[in-house]
Amino acid sequence: MNKRIVVTGMGVVSPNGVGVPAFLHAIQNGVSGVKFIPRYEDLNFSCRLAGMPDFNWDTLKNYVSDVTFHGLKGTNIGYGLAAALDAWADSGMSYETEEPRWETGCVFGNSTADTEAMKNVITRVDDKEAKKLGSRVIEQAMNSGVTSYIAGRLGFGNKVITNSAACATGTQAILMGYEYIKHGYAKRMLVGSAEHVDPYVYGAFDSMRVLSRKFNDRPEQASRPMSLTAGGFIPGSGAGALILEDLDFALQRNARIYAEVLGGSANSGGQRLGGTMTAANSTGVIRCINDALTSSGIHPRQIDLISGHLTATNADRQEIQNWSKALGRSGDDFPLINSLKSMIGHCLSAAGSIESVAAVLQIVHQFVHPNINLEDPNPEITNMVSIYCLPLKMIKKEVNIVAKANFGFGDVNSCIVLSKYK
Amino acid sequence: MTRIEILDELKKVFAPYTTNKEMLNSINDDTDLIRDLKINSANLVDIIIDAEAKYNIEIDYDSADKIINVGTCIDVIMEKLNQNK
Repeated sequence: MNKRIVVTGMGVVSPNGVGVPAFLHAIQNGVSGVKFIPRYEDLNFSCRLAGMPDFNWDTLKNYVSDVTFHGLKGTNIGYGLAAALDAWADSGMSYETEEPRWETGCVFGNSTADTEAMKNVITRVDDKEAKKLGSRVIEQAMNSGVTSYIAGRLGFGNKVITNSAACATGTQAILMGYEYIKHGYAKRMLVGSAEHVDPYVYGAFDSMRVLSRKFNDRPEQASRPMSLTAGGFIPGSGAGALILEDLDFALQRNARIYAEVLGGSANSGGQRLGGTMTAANSTGVIRCINDALTSSGIHPRQIDLISGHLTATNADRQEIQNWSKALGRSGDDFPLINSLKSMIGHCLSAAGSIESVAAVLQIVHQFVHPNINLEDPNPEITNMVSIYCLPLKMIKKEVNIVAKANFGFGDVNSCIVLSKYK
Repeated sequence: MTRIEILDELKKVFAPYTTNKEMLNSINDDTDLIRDLKINSANLVDIIIDAEAKYNIEIDYDSADKIINVGTCIDVIMEKLNQNK
């Protein structure tokens, strides 16, 4: 059980950068990926903005065969494939294999199949034309569509799991992959998650009145975590993927090592003690963070940076309080904290994996990315933690340990601890 | 429509589903869809749907079962085209 697990490859499809180099540049420079979506205006949504990747669908031809590409409609699957295969190549391995890779498995999450693509299916069936649906619908309608495409392309022969835990999906996938290697069942796991917020899912969030609606004319300023003017989140789409490996296994093949996963925890607040379907039970959140630290064998004081969940709703204040209580740190003593969502919005199931790629990049390149749109920090937050803990500009500094957490609908929590590899 | 004309048209129908594109130009009646053209058996359904749309015909289950190679595929299409007349 004393195996060490390291990150050896990364891939990302983010609203502010497709591919790791573009994404790194974007997060260092505070580049927003939030855009105005004219169609959302036509649909009479209150919020008309989204974090949308500049993803050229035809590039998928570089990843899968023409036969597979023909008939591929699931946007979440396209994002997931690109991020996963980029991560695989980044870790120095070839796509092709004759034998299944028995030592490698996959935990990759998503929320739901592409509802917009499924709409065509529904229309056909209602028109009594089910016969014309063809063979490619089920594989993309099934929730395991993303993992099936990834695992099939790369020939994974170990456990292949599709996880789903709302906004905690991405960090949960990383944690599950970590635990699986830790227990010795696999040597390598491709982990991550994908999300495509189609108009139907978006519309339902819009109806919940949880989205930002006062910045439709200023897309890049609309996602404002921790600010006084935070008025809801901006839905985002994309995917993030990481290659996790048993350290010894990675060293044997001279893999480049980006960072180490020290440990983590996933739990639920049970929708009790203030927790509900949509709100987190703070006791559960604090336990999750504490358990993650214990699992990682680190003291709260060692944390250099928190990569928060921080969606830009009124839950931000409670989240900061939970971190402060869990770590026993406040005021000037609180670690630096940032929210990638200020740049890309809330990528739901993909949030945890894209934000974890950002966390690893901050460790590798020794910087803390800015919180954009935080000119007006919420005083209820700066009463608890120093304003200097909320960087507005990129800070170049030593970053050894990052705590990354996400909290999701259903009162589910997930927290992982990433470290510089030493 | 002659068999030759249908065969030429079928090359376009098969194209998106074969991983053996080089072989497409030299197909004949004996070319096996799965073995030679390396078409995934699940995709035969898609080929039938595409052919139905292209020739404005309906290929029932029993006729579909007869489609194994290029020759039987042309047989079925010709039979259905004649029924339409």
